[in-house]
Amino acid sequence: MFSRAYRTAITLPPLLWVILFLLVPYALLFGYSFWSLSPSETIIHSWTLDNYHQLFRVDVYLETLFRSMWIAARVTLLSLMLGYPLAYYLSFYAGKSKDLLYQLVIIPLWVSYLVRAYAWKTILGSDGVLNTLLQYVHLTSHPLEFLLYSPFAVVLTLTHIYTPFTFLPIYASLEHIPRNLVEASHDLGASPFQTFWRVIFPLSIPGVLAGATFAFVLSLGDFLAPLLLGGPSGIMISNIVVSLFGAAYNWPLGAAISFCMLALVLGLLFLSESLEKKWSFR
Amino acid sequence: MASTTSQPAASTNLPTSEPLLSIRNVAKSFGRNIVLRDISLQVAEGEFLTILGESGSGKTTLLRIVAGFETPSSGEILMGGERLDHLPPYRRRVNTVFQHYALFPHLSVAENVGYGLKITGLPKPEVTTRVEQALDMVKMTAFAACKPSKISGGQQQRIALARALVNRPRLLLLDEPLSALDANLRRQMQVELKSLQREVGISFVFVTHDQEEAMVMSDRIALLRRGELEQVASPREIYRRPATAYTAQFIGHTNLLRGQVKDGIATCHSLSWRTGLRDGPGLFSLRPESIRLASGAGGSANVRLRGRILRQAFQGATELLQVECAGGLMLSIRTASRENLQGEVDLEFSAADAVPVRESGERT
Repeated sequence: MFSRAYRTAITLPPLLWVILFLLVPYALLFGYSFWSLSPSETIIHSWTLDNYHQLFRVDVYLETLFRSMWIAARVTLLSLMLGYPLAYYLSFYAGKSKDLLYQLVIIPLWVSYLVRAYAWKTILGSDGVLNTLLQYVHLTSHPLEFLLYSPFAVVLTLTHIYTPFTFLPIYASLEHIPRNLVEASHDLGASPFQTFWRVIFPLSIPGVLAGATFAFVLSLGDFLAPLLLGGPSGIMISNIVVSLFGAAYNWPLGAAISFCMLALVLGLLFLSESLEKKWSFR
Repeated sequence: MASTTSQPAASTNLPTSEPLLSIRNVAKSFGRNIVLRDISLQVAEGEFLTILGESGSGKTTLLRIVAGFETPSSGEILMGGERLDHLPPYRRRVNTVFQHYALFPHLSVAENVGYGLKITGLPKPEVTTRVEQALDMVKMTAFAACKPSKISGGQQQRIALARALVNRPRLLLLDEPLSALDANLRRQMQVELKSLQREVGISFVFVTHDQEEAMVMSDRIALLRRGELEQVASPREIYRRPATAYTAQFIGHTNLLRGQVKDGIATCHSLSWRTGLRDGPGLFSLRPESIRLASGAGGSANVRLRGRILRQAFQGATELLQVECAGGLMLSIRTASRENLQGEVDLEFSAADAVPVRESGERT
């Protein structure tokens, strides 16, 4: 089709980009994860598995990892519970207001992540919107402290931020269901409820899986929301990585934790992809 | 929805003369777009009725109203004497074979066929037996475990049929089910479908735009044009005695002869023949096969004419000739196949074959 030179010319720039800015840094990071730190905080270039051992020996790392996964799991569940009904309504019942509602779901994605996280800070803070309101109507006499600087605040914020990411693939998969399948189901005697569980939901599973993967993977690696809203009890694994690379100046350990996270995420992506394949029929 | 008027008491023992399905004065419009006007049509028990029409004639909308996917703007539909149009589709004892089959892609062939039975809560062993019988009926037993995407279009067609019939509906609706098949398979399926319908004895309402298909399969054809019924009759009747110029042209080929009638004699160009029509302008349909190459002296009932052959189209068993007659009258003529017809020919037709028809769009 195209000449060899042409093909090289169009594939070379992106290939170089990926190699220079993705693969090379990863390789360097991978190398770092096997080095160690001397007492005088210089990096010793001799191979050791010590960093990986440390991850499993020091309680705080594993605890934080599990807490991060637990937060990510709750975010995933909540954003599915919000995203699915919304996508279902938009796809099947919104009629003429479909495009408008779709835009309303998408617009928050254009707003900076930082702005959205800060917005929650002003809502949840001790003299924030919510606490002021609760005291004003005399439901509480003191500001509720658990609202901000807690895993609750992190889950809430991440759910708000990542719900559009679960909504989109679910909506796309619902839109792809031929409407005559729904009619065929009614025609064969199935009520709308039965039709949903026997036809619509099974056919939307690939979208649900993709959405759940987005929500879980993105919130698992999040560090801004816990940094701004998590407080000491809401610290997530990425915050530890950041501090290891920063203040603690322990790059080898930071790299090791990063690589464990990367392996975890890749495993999840692989799993969800093979499940999606199993559930797609076109 | 129309108001609930007093209904005749539903009897379980219906007289055989009672139609299975009565469509009464049904009209449908989407916004300002009027799709159906005042349709009244009945389907008898065990009948194969075809709703025939061009695209945009409203035939699919009519079918969807009977299935329950659309509500009529006015009018009512009765099944066995009871109102049907108030029921949601899942409460109607009507099943549909969809144009693109609409098989559930996540279910196997057997699960597709058993879907309706399972929904009604039939015990599992009975579902299995009936699914097996249905698959056997359409000769698809070997494919029971396949997913629909793994079988061919014709096979999907059979599964869609089995999935609908397994529920033993009182009425089966078919929305252009053969249109996606290639010509050979289509002809084969037409025959199979017809014999299957005789076998199960369920009334079929079949929608198509293909007039040959309608002729082959139907007990009666309802010809729909721009949302109105043009004619409802048996295939033979509708072919031999088309009521309107549109019917005559839509069903088979025809020559439309526009002439004047005076004192029981119709005149068109140089031709004239006896007719029962009143004086005034007259329109006649004359089928190409009703015109013969004249041999010797024709009978007195025959109209004779002379023409020059312009074109000859070989169509296998027959030839279709274009003939120009005196006064510039152009006629299509179908004769038995033979080679090299040229020049001037003598032709004749029987006056009885010139069937008076109404102008299309004209209402009496």
